[in-house]
Amino acid sequence: MGFLDRFFKEPSWGVHPDDHKRPAADAPLRILPTPERVYMPLSQHVGGAARPIVVVGQKVLKGQLLADAQGNISAPIHAPVSGTVFSIGEVTAPHASGLPFRAITIESDGQDRWIDTELVADPFALAPEDIARKAAAAGVVGLGGATFPSAVKFALGKRLKVETLIVNGGECEPYLSSDDRIMRDFADQVVDGVRLVMHAIGAKEALVGIEDNKPEAIAAMRKAAASFSEVKICPVPTRYPMGSDKQLIQTLTGKEVPSNARAAEVGVLVHNVSTCAAVHKAVRLGQPLVERIVTLNGGAIATPGNIYAPLGTLVTDLLAFVGLKGEPARLILGGPMMGTPLAHDRIPLVKGASGILAFNAAEAATPEAGPCIRCGTCADACPMGLLPMEMAAHIRVEDFEGAEGYALGDCISCGCCAYVCPSHIPLVQYFSYAKGELMAAERVKLRTDATKRLAEARSARIEREKQEKAEAAARRKAEKDAAAAAKAAAAKAPAKDSGQAQGETV
Amino acid sequence: MLVSVGSLSLMGLALGSMLGAASRYLAVEENPLEAEIQAMLPGSQCGQCGYVGCAQAAAALAKGEAQVTLCPPGGKATAEALAAKLGIKVDLSGVVDSGPQIADVTEEICIGCSRCLKVCPTDAIIGAAKQVHNVIREACTGCSSCVNVCPTEALSLMPIPVTLQHWVWPQPASSAA
Repeated sequence: MGFLDRFFKEPSWGVHPDDHKRPAADAPLRILPTPERVYMPLSQHVGGAARPIVVVGQKVLKGQLLADAQGNISAPIHAPVSGTVFSIGEVTAPHASGLPFRAITIESDGQDRWIDTELVADPFALAPEDIARKAAAAGVVGLGGATFPSAVKFALGKRLKVETLIVNGGECEPYLSSDDRIMRDFADQVVDGVRLVMHAIGAKEALVGIEDNKPEAIAAMRKAAASFSEVKICPVPTRYPMGSDKQLIQTLTGKEVPSNARAAEVGVLVHNVSTCAAVHKAVRLGQPLVERIVTLNGGAIATPGNIYAPLGTLVTDLLAFVGLKGEPARLILGGPMMGTPLAHDRIPLVKGASGILAFNAAEAATPEAGPCIRCGTCADACPMGLLPMEMAAHIRVEDFEGAEGYALGDCISCGCCAYVCPSHIPLVQYFSYAKGELMAAERVKLRTDATKRLAEARSARIEREKQEKAEAAARRKAEKDAAAAAKAAAAKAPAKDSGQAQGETV
Repeated sequence: MLVSVGSLSLMGLALGSMLGAASRYLAVEENPLEAEIQAMLPGSQCGQCGYVGCAQAAAALAKGEAQVTLCPPGGKATAEALAAKLGIKVDLSGVVDSGPQIADVTEEICIGCSRCLKVCPTDAIIGAAKQVHNVIREACTGCSSCVNVCPTEALSLMPIPVTLQHWVWPQPASSAA
């Protein structure tokens, strides 16, 4: 932070794109009528895919467990509608690759009947571990987009004795307003969720960071949090990427998260506002995470706004509900800066999907890239203080180690560099490419090590088998020898006996 | 003068004997390059290079007796890494690299002879006599030892299928940066 930053409220990093949030953010929340079919993917979170526990043809109620968590870092999946399990197969993943992944298809019976839920009157009487357990059982994951299982984060916060909970209401991505909407319409749920998360991790205070371009959300949250002095609503300057955890922590607490460290190591933990609302529902109402608010926005959409929709709803159903002005030139899951391009619209809504953007041709236009003019604008914009032009120069000639030397590992892929580049160089795309290649190289190394272990285990096994065989042969030989000896002795003995007998008869 | 000659000779003797002792007692038994090269090889001991195992191939490489392109399972990537390690310039444009591959059993043809089980260097094939065999994808190194012994050609190599976990972003199309 420079000296002048004391006088100017604006942070020195990041960019300030036109946010395009309104009028979608101001349109009242609409509820999607239950779709005919939903496709519930088994991996909507970081970690192991959930394991199905239902069979095709089985009747399920809304909120019923469909697939159980598998492994330490995983989350269960619940039925978002009531109906019949139609199939367990593959659907296209909301992923840039367009590859398929496994999902459970449910045919809705249109009745939306819930399972019996367990209401908890006073969740603050529960042990912190019970809150984490209930959140884990409800399949709550980070809804800001990272989709890390929340309960795992609670345990981490408890272990590292986190003092401050940071609640992320930044929502700095342009076009998106689902967090804005949840704070405006369900501020009480969010604040209650915040207090429950504080209880779960043992934090003393909560700082709710909300960008100052959302005055309605700030007012609603202030009203909801008025009677709880430990929950502080802190407006933060509107600056992309304010919603990134490291930037929000620095703005609110002045603490900088070190390179290669987690936020918990500086004594804070970050949770998204929507995640807090999901924790409220999971703990107080016993409702698993089966629905979410999703922003539908972009030039190709007739009535942009926020929709309350069951998870697993196809993007095509959502688009049909809001109406299209024309064929969208590009579909994006998430925001325009860091979102995932979607190959087509038959892709299900997942837990981490805060928005679906349908861009028209003008919005989707990609400018032609030119040569780097060494202006350094990207370095000024980089919120992590990196040198994008240097890293890109190394990556262009496939010198990934060289790029790593410029701390490529600290890049948060926010896209500020590519956004400001006057030559329109796809800088962040270079970094995604390099990160992928470095990860692939790491995987190859792990595989080589595993191969060595396997080859050694095999030679040890062969050696052992050889030894066992030799021992068995030796034993058999010994037994044979013993048997032969016994036989010989037996043969001798009767001869002696007969000799004696003969002797006696003589 | 005698003092200086004497002291220098003494120093020379003492240092010389120290060096001699060091070379005897602190000697590195193996060429360290060998171990480093061995770490770069796949380690499946498949023997396709013509050497008994990866350690022998590494020794030959360290002595400069073998080509860096000797390792078929390692492919182009290993050849490049070896060339960089040994400081050799090598033209790899002629090397055809089909990418990493793994073995796959065509279950309709497999007769369960269990020959492949015995030659797999990483025990990556499961099965028993007169049972259809199968490949454990995580353990297979694509060395093709099994392909060579299969009497019915039920085993073949296929490229490793790309999954969501393995997919990586391609290089941006733009050539300017």
